[in-house]
Amino acid sequence: MKLFQRLMCYARRHSPWLFHMNSGSCNGCDIEIVAALSPRYDAEQLGVRLEGSPRHADILCVTGPVTQKAVNAVKTVYGQVCGPKAVIAIGSCPATTNVFIDSRTLVGPLDKHVPVDVYVPGCPPRPDAIIQGVAKAAGILAERGSNQPVAAATVATIVTEEVSQ
Amino acid sequence: MTILTALARLLIFPGLLFAVPAAWFFLWVERKAVALMQQRVGPPFMQPFFDFVKLLGKSTPPRSGIAGLLMRAWPLIAVSSAAGAVGLLPVLPSSGGFQGDLILLLALLELPSICIIAAGFSSRSIFGEIGSAREAALSVSYNIVFLLAIVSIAASQHTFRLEALAAMHPSFLTVLGIIAILVCLPAKLHINPFSLPNAEQEIYAGPMTEYAGPELAMWELSHGLEWVASVGLVASLIAPHLAIAWGGAWLAICIFVAISIAVVLLLSTLAAATARLAIDSSVRFYWQCTLIFAVLAISSAILVRFRS
Repeated sequence: MKLFQRLMCYARRHSPWLFHMNSGSCNGCDIEIVAALSPRYDAEQLGVRLEGSPRHADILCVTGPVTQKAVNAVKTVYGQVCGPKAVIAIGSCPATTNVFIDSRTLVGPLDKHVPVDVYVPGCPPRPDAIIQGVAKAAGILAERGSNQPVAAATVATIVTEEVSQ
Repeated sequence: MTILTALARLLIFPGLLFAVPAAWFFLWVERKAVALMQQRVGPPFMQPFFDFVKLLGKSTPPRSGIAGLLMRAWPLIAVSSAAGAVGLLPVLPSSGGFQGDLILLLALLELPSICIIAAGFSSRSIFGEIGSAREAALSVSYNIVFLLAIVSIAASQHTFRLEALAAMHPSFLTVLGIIAILVCLPAKLHINPFSLPNAEQEIYAGPMTEYAGPELAMWELSHGLEWVASVGLVASLIAPHLAIAWGGAWLAICIFVAISIAVVLLLSTLAAATARLAIDSSVRFYWQCTLIFAVLAISSAILVRFRS
């Protein structure tokens, strides 16, 4: 039984499937997510797959500062992802609402509405920072397992952006 | 065929013990071929296995009533019928079999596709229903060609017994039939350019949109087993004849595996090199371009039969 649990832990770490959710982003971070999956950065080496349906996903990647129009959709999609699951806030917008702070059309930041596990700061973040964030989220996913309540632990790991010259 | 050989074929070779690792391997080859064509490194070798294990450990949304029961049943039916189809393949020379097992094999090969159609409709998701409708339209188109090709091979040999078909001497007609089967395989396996039933991102995940966790793992496995069964059908039409000419059972297995891998590489390269066709172009391709070859094949098969 312990062997099976270790195998499951290993499999979760090596097979993070993403669902990408835009909550009112300017499309800058969305392009960087696509770049992270492109041949130059090749996130598939880590087993990453961009899924079309939130039901298939393990990790929810949210971009954008969470507008009033988008907040219910974010909550619905978070509910549709089956456990164990993790959430990555990609870019500065979902973390702090960025330059749109105090706007009356926003209800962000993201962690007011769903528990966020990994923040990837940047406006937009580099693709290698996003891949590092996904790798950390996969690690969290592996430790979390299906037994623990998903909403309880909000592990805010700050991913330092490694700016390669 | 006694019960013991039937069980051995279903569970050991070419059944589950061989087919499940082969299914994961073919799924990996499919992804790796795309990666290599795009000059990427691609997924690690064990990736489909990790995906399967991870999906087994995920939770599924609560489902009640008949619809929930059906949604749990479809993937299991698909996996078991695909595994049964693999078990029927005449890989080893003189491996048994019975009169009419070709018809059973065709029915078992068709069942996963019917399960996918039913699964999309019973999930009550609009994207699932669109995917199922596309799958139904596509399956009506390619199955005409697929069945005509197989019937022409069978008619030229006067038998519906797989072992006799596998041991036949290759003729022009067989080659034509095998080419027609190969043309139908991309649509049967839902890979590019005929990936429109499960069109990723375009209609979310098609019929699989609402499936999660272990059910999705079973769908992935049934897709892999479909690869093994349909590629194995092509391989077993070629392999045992060569093996009888050259040597024994081990050689038959080696040739079977080698031809299967070659066909998988061919189809994966095709999938990586092409883009998805729209539903009308796909249906037109099968009804207008390939149907004529299938009709030629079956009419020449009937003519050959009358002459002999």
